Amino acid sequence: MNLGTRKILDRSFTAVGFGSIAVMGIALLIVLAPIIYNGIGSVFFTGTLEHRNMLFNEFGRGDKEELVKENAASEVYRKQIYGMLDAFEAELETMEPEKKQDYLSKYGPVRTALQTLIGPLPGEETAILTRYKYGQTRWEKAEEKLHEFLYEAKWDYSNPDVMAKEYFVSRAAEFEGTSLVKLFPYVEKHLPDVLRPRFTVYWGFLTDSSVDSHIFGGIWPEIQGTFFLAVGAMLFAFPLGVIAAVYFTEYAREGFFNSILRSANSTLAGVPSIVFGLFGLAFFINTLKVSESKSVLAGSLTLAIMILPTIIRAAEEAILSVPKTYKEASLSLGSTKWNTIMTVILPAALPGILTGGVISLGRAAGETAPIIFTAAVSVGSAIGLADVFSSPTPALSWNIYNLASEHEAAAEIRHVQYGMVLALVSIVLLLNLSAIFLRARISKKLKG
Amino acid sequence: MTADSRETSQKEQVKTANREIYLPSERKNISGGGTPHVVAKDFSIYYGEFEAVKKVNADILSRYVTAIIGPSGCGKSTFLRAINRMNDLIPSCHTTGALRFDGEDIYGKFTDEVLLRKKIGMVFQKPNPFPKSIFDNIAYGPRLHGLNDRKQLAEIVERSLRKAALWDEVSDRLDKNALGLSGGQQQRLCVARALAVEPEILLLDEPTSALDPKATAKIEDLIQELRGSYTIMIVTHNMQQASRVSDYTMFFYEGVLVEYARTAQLFTNPKDRMTEDYITGRFS
Ligand SMILES: Nc1ncnc2c1ncn2[C@@H]1O[C@H](COP(=O)(O)OP(=O)(O)OP(=O)(O)O)[C@@H](O)[C@H]1O
Ligand SMILES: [Mg+2]
Repeated sequence: MNLGTRKILDRSFTAVGFGSIAVMGIALLIVLAPIIYNGIGSVFFTGTLEHRNMLFNEFGRGDKEELVKENAASEVYRKQIYGMLDAFEAELETMEPEKKQDYLSKYGPVRTALQTLIGPLPGEETAILTRYKYGQTRWEKAEEKLHEFLYEAKWDYSNPDVMAKEYFVSRAAEFEGTSLVKLFPYVEKHLPDVLRPRFTVYWGFLTDSSVDSHIFGGIWPEIQGTFFLAVGAMLFAFPLGVIAAVYFTEYAREGFFNSILRSANSTLAGVPSIVFGLFGLAFFINTLKVSESKSVLAGSLTLAIMILPTIIRAAEEAILSVPKTYKEASLSLGSTKWNTIMTVILPAALPGILTGGVISLGRAAGETAPIIFTAAVSVGSAIGLADVFSSPTPALSWNIYNLASEHEAAAEIRHVQYGMVLALVSIVLLLNLSAIFLRARISKKLKG
Repeated sequence: MTADSRETSQKEQVKTANREIYLPSERKNISGGGTPHVVAKDFSIYYGEFEAVKKVNADILSRYVTAIIGPSGCGKSTFLRAINRMNDLIPSCHTTGALRFDGEDIYGKFTDEVLLRKKIGMVFQKPNPFPKSIFDNIAYGPRLHGLNDRKQLAEIVERSLRKAALWDEVSDRLDKNALGLSGGQQQRLCVARALAVEPEILLLDEPTSALDPKATAKIEDLIQELRGSYTIMIVTHNMQQASRVSDYTMFFYEGVLVEYARTAQLFTNPKDRMTEDYITGRFS
């Protein structure tokens, strides 16, 4: 090949390589940007008076005097709204039965929409679920609900050949000629006076327990559960994995048995995680009965089995990459094999072993399938350390899935879901970064 | 082929064929030395089926320097590493015949190879300090054998470094990582590390092949210093080096110990045709 073609080939390869990295970067950005933007929104957002009331009532936080003042200010406008409702209800009584019936059927949804927007109306019985005790706590949600309050969504099925179209009908128009018609512009105009939106930084999102299955409150139970599960898995898998790696690299004789063990290890690394989940249920809970039903212990053990092959492989590679000369030097000084492993080989292999460990920790934190049947519950409070042997726990990975697919009010709390995703991604990212950092630090120390 | 007569060699400069060989000017007999320290009887070493060292018979004399020369792949390292059982690291490697150290069978059933290696130290071709401080490198052996007193350790470190002629260069940075030393310094550190365990035998496998001439000269001086206190065996490809530092020389060829004699004699008056061919550079 002549110089010209070689250069052109080199250049085009560089271009292709650079291009693919750029594409990957952009893809990553497209995935991460909304997660980060929306996730941050669960801590930094425009909160309403309802949010502050909720914080005070559920967690006892906030300035009481200030709240009383604010509520009084809000009450002025609420009174107006309630007054309009009363007036219309009185007006209803004077109507002919048919007309009244017609208005009543339209009035019901208006009340419900208003209640969703600004909280319980006078005369309603006290709600059992916390979510019905407050209006909208986030301003952007409030604006959305305001729209629902002002306009009724309808579907246009007139053309059977195309998909039905959604269109909006002004509710005010429906009450033309009654006293209620004033309500709609009033609420639209004075909603900020009622809900008093203000920029809010809610760190409690990370440290509070959830209220009414994540409608309000934070995700601490999930963070703690993820932490317990991942650390628990490491407690089992890390020592075991390192010991196994030492056995494979230093003690095992090449042979049939050993090669079977090795290929079993490789196979295990490729098994889908849901299989581990089922195995964990069948083995740890049903057979070994480590706990009566789901528990952190059972989940940790299952995760441990799942990450064990990765840890073994990383540790094996790290040990094998230790120069043979260190081992020779140590042995030639009259060191025993065991001592050589402990004082020379493992310290030199430490960066690699720890990197593998931390990356596995990240994997354990992020996996959902293994804990579905063994450890995870969707709603719950943070459990104490003493309960890990018997109690299940909420966990980030599982609850992200749960909020997305099974939660009855999933659409209302997307921000919580994004917050959880961001928390999980941050934890995993942080772990991986610390692996890089650890590795660099220890390598530097070894190199002097 | 045990070593022959031990006449003191005189200052001589021998010209053989195309190569100049200098013999050391003063080679005194060593008092108390000269007893067989390692004895090989029909000793063979195999890698699996392959016989890498073939039925060697030899006495290696205490406190003298014995050089091992021979073309690449002739089994020099294999033989050397058999003496402190470093070949145990290679699973396929096994031996027949007898190899004794102070009368005790090195490959005996009840021989403790860890104890053996404590008495038979080794320095490798490539300097291989641990990625630890200079102090910890030297102290590694003594600590291993139960010494933990900091003061005593410091004494041993200083003594070993002085013996290895490295003390003056590193005394002010004992706590620095040993990997920061130059290649020659690292190799002397490895010698010091081996000496700190107070072995009886020092095995050197091409200790200077990775070093420049100046560092090589230092190591050679060091061997001269240690001569008389330790039994030293050195594998080398450098014939001048063998003649400069050793009292006795073994010539291996394809696993066979072809000739074993006083260095002066082997280089000036080889008995075997093959030895002559080799030292005159007709093949290598
Ligand atoms: N681990 C091993 N497994 C199988 N054969 C080996 C092994 N090590 C060495 N050999 C073989 O044994 C023979 C002697 O090797 P050895 O390393 O002792 O030679 P050497 O004389 O030290 O060579 P050099 O001067 O190149 O270092 C060679 O033929 C080599 O290929
Ligand atoms: Mg060799």
